[in-house]
Amino acid sequence: MSSLSAKIQDVFNEPGCGKNATKSEAERKKGCTKQLQPGGAAGGCAFDGAKIALQPFTDVAHLVHGPIACEGNSWDNRGARSSGSNIWRTGFTTDINETDIVFGGEKRLYKAVKEIIEKYDPPAIFVYQTCVPAMIGDDINAVCKAASEKFGKPVIPVNSPGFVGPKNLGNKLAGEALLDHVIGTQEPDYTTPYDINIIGEYNLSGELWQVKPLLDELGIRILSCISGDARYRDVATSHRARAAMMVCSKAMINVARKMEERYGIPFFEGSFYGIGDSSDSLREIARLLIERGAPDELMARTEAVIAREEAKAWAAIEPYKPRFQGKKVLLITGGVKSWSVVAALQEAGLEIAGTSVKKSTKEDKERIKEIMGEDAHMIDDMTPREMYKLLKDAKADIMLSGGKSQFVALKAAMPWLDINQERSHAYMGYVGMVKLMAEIDKALFNPVWEQLRRPAPWENAAKNWQAKAIAQMDAEAAALAASPEASERARRAKRICNCKKVDLGTIEDAIAAHGLTSVEQIRQHTHATAGCSICTFRIEEILAALPGSLNASPAPLLEAAE
Amino acid sequence: MAKVTVGKKACAVNPLKMSQPIGGAFAFMGLRGAMPLLHGSQGCTSFGLTLFVRHFKEAVPLQTTAMSEVATVLGGYENVEQAILNIHKRTKPEIIGICSTGVTETKGDDVEGFLRLIRQNHPQLANFPLVYVSTPDFKDAFQDGWEKTVARMVEVLVETPGTGTRRDPKRVNVLPGCHLTPGDLDEIRTILEDFGLQPWFLPDLAGSLDGHIPDEFVPTTIGGIGVDEVAAMGQAAWTIAIGAQMRRAAEAMEKKTGTPFRLFERLCGLAACDEFIGFLSEISECEVPLKYRRQRGQLADAMLDSHFHIGGRKLAIGAEPDLLFDLSSMLHEMGAKVSVAVTTTQSPVLERIQTDEVLIGDLEDLETLAKAGACDLLITHSHGRQAAERLGIPFHRAGFPMFDRLGAGHALSVGYRGTRDLIFDIANLIIADHENNHQPTPDTWRIDSAVAPGTEPAVALH
Repeated sequence: MSSLSAKIQDVFNEPGCGKNATKSEAERKKGCTKQLQPGGAAGGCAFDGAKIALQPFTDVAHLVHGPIACEGNSWDNRGARSSGSNIWRTGFTTDINETDIVFGGEKRLYKAVKEIIEKYDPPAIFVYQTCVPAMIGDDINAVCKAASEKFGKPVIPVNSPGFVGPKNLGNKLAGEALLDHVIGTQEPDYTTPYDINIIGEYNLSGELWQVKPLLDELGIRILSCISGDARYRDVATSHRARAAMMVCSKAMINVARKMEERYGIPFFEGSFYGIGDSSDSLREIARLLIERGAPDELMARTEAVIAREEAKAWAAIEPYKPRFQGKKVLLITGGVKSWSVVAALQEAGLEIAGTSVKKSTKEDKERIKEIMGEDAHMIDDMTPREMYKLLKDAKADIMLSGGKSQFVALKAAMPWLDINQERSHAYMGYVGMVKLMAEIDKALFNPVWEQLRRPAPWENAAKNWQAKAIAQMDAEAAALAASPEASERARRAKRICNCKKVDLGTIEDAIAAHGLTSVEQIRQHTHATAGCSICTFRIEEILAALPGSLNASPAPLLEAAE
Repeated sequence: MAKVTVGKKACAVNPLKMSQPIGGAFAFMGLRGAMPLLHGSQGCTSFGLTLFVRHFKEAVPLQTTAMSEVATVLGGYENVEQAILNIHKRTKPEIIGICSTGVTETKGDDVEGFLRLIRQNHPQLANFPLVYVSTPDFKDAFQDGWEKTVARMVEVLVETPGTGTRRDPKRVNVLPGCHLTPGDLDEIRTILEDFGLQPWFLPDLAGSLDGHIPDEFVPTTIGGIGVDEVAAMGQAAWTIAIGAQMRRAAEAMEKKTGTPFRLFERLCGLAACDEFIGFLSEISECEVPLKYRRQRGQLADAMLDSHFHIGGRKLAIGAEPDLLFDLSSMLHEMGAKVSVAVTTTQSPVLERIQTDEVLIGDLEDLETLAKAGACDLLITHSHGRQAAERLGIPFHRAGFPMFDRLGAGHALSVGYRGTRDLIFDIANLIIADHENNHQPTPDTWRIDSAVAPGTEPAVALH
């Protein structure tokens, strides 16, 4: 266990992460994840994170060492796609029982590896440690080592039991397993000056294949993708790539950085979501490859492909413009990816309601990405009625969000589109963005909403649940207004600006004391919005909702800030 | 009489089984204003939550004590305490149902002791309904978690009626097994009400997970049976338990309240429904309504029309014991041969399944045996989709989870009408398979082309 905790410390100490670099030594030790709140936590565990990061390895047998819950409740639940083997979708688990708890589960694990090799003969087996065997002291490293030697096949320990932390930590521990046991263990058959790695891309809904044809056309070879549609051998040889693109910084920054350290593979952080970002990423790949010795003409060819694809995409989006005129999108997500689609949404004529990313520069966007984690969490915590009021007040026509909030949106008879990992459509690259527009159009103009919003024949419009929700919230606001103590507590508890930690009370007091009337003035007095500036619209709402009165009902989004 | 064997493999491949704690949490979801809480690491909850959300396509309440490595080693009192306080304050539930997991059971947390201490230390919780069930992941299966949890709810929440309390002859408790869908519960409710009876379901998933749009906005369950209603279940004249797994809860009910029970192991199939309807007529002293006389006729006709297609089919079925018993018996009665039966956990019904051997195993076993036995009908939950594709035989999804098709909550298999529709669904599946894959060709019956594509698989006579 001590080596695991050392590994976790190592992962927390990530010089490649800008946020981490600014922390004190003590802060860094605490790690980059918030302490989980019992009874108020959401999200997966470290094992979940490790599995998410590695499961897209298509030809590997993924063996989960633990009780039935860890694999039995979760197998075959990812939307990644494979161009070859389907063994990754097979659920393997030791399903340990009481006897194993008493006598240890190592023998069963060893036998399980043997059975898999005999029956399925995969090029490698990944063995995932979980909480219970970690507690009883099963040494999966030793078992994997013994099995590797005995069967002459890579058996890779992935040491990421659920209770060491959240999903995000598990992603990184999975990366460590690759760095320790996989990357650099084999040599490619041949190399080219155009070999790249794509790190942190999982090929969900096959979206990698929306971009791969362009790379193929340019003669750029994806030596390995970690881990979307990956073969074990690809990743084992990935240390020979010339350059790397890191797609999801949260998940696998340690892999990208350590590969740069160990093998001198330069990387950049990029995204294929959105037209502009796709072009930027292609350029960046070409630039890095040229830096590493590829011929200069690659850039001209890349620019030609970009120009052609951009023109094609914009032309395909053009017909949507008149249809989208005046339509508002509410963008809510925990995923950072959606931020790069904002430009495309706007270009198509959609208005973005409820965010302040309209004028963001690239640097701003980076900071928004950092902070969106917290903000999205706030939305996850919202009760349905708060969500409903938010939708109503934002006067949005469609909501784009992750899966968790979908039922609220749909039950509010609100067009909704999944843009998070569970989505069933692929939205990457130029074609993906056009697909997104088509999906938005389909959702917006579906006549079903009109049907769903009809009151039932026995229903009094004033008494339907929507009206009740609004009435209920108004009543709560009135109750707050009637009790100065409760109101004061509520004002202090409502965080408006997450970056600068400014609460509603502070802002309202500043407005009252100095007669502030603009976001700019409030920023000067309270520092609110001085961080990522995403809370600007909330301040605008405060200004709009509280003309001179401190006790009027709070703006809708504030309800969510609990 | 079937032989029950337990698989000997070290590695379960393509699990059929799901864990006990989420079966327990599932039972709590049938209570009004409930927040189920798993005492374990956050992943224990999030995997379960995802599974329920994918199945029902609904927001599902399920919380975690978020045990860290340190907390696990030191014991989880503080996490349980904090979780309960947080949930109590933030979501204002009417009840919190707690299930343990593998991590906390390995440590040996005394959660009942924790709860006593928490009640002492926090007067606001002194009488708040908290129900705890021990459900380690490394033992038993989903169905067992449900079974234990419902029994525990009866023990803790049902009140013993005072002496001289009159039983209400119209009131009937229904204890449904976890293999019934919200749609099944609604069907049973309608049937009981048509006999003039007033049914109370424990748990009542039809109230909470039937996909309705809520009137109130709450983060807990929206509907289901209230704690106060559970408390009063002792006043009922009868308890009807459905599925052998519910015997434990029915006995607990009888022990605590004296309410007699009748266990129906099956509600799918003509004879099974006859028994049920006959019993209702008897206890309600009510003639069988015309509606059910007609439905029985329709079912009989459906069986006539369908037996041509279902008869002789070789069924491979993987399901939890009660669902396995129910469906395989019905199909056996329609002339199908139950060639392969795989299940998740022990149960007294297993040896009465109409087959030679019942294997406690996984979907790899089901697939291998189905292939070896040239089965031509597969029934299991959605995870059977890969096996079905490889086997190339008609696949009917049944049980939990059903995440790759819509309407899981409304799938119906009980009563004359439910049985009728299920029989049509399965027969139609077989007809479509026949049309698409088994049309005769000029070579079908040629002597030397026994294995030519498009041929009927040889039918084993028995």
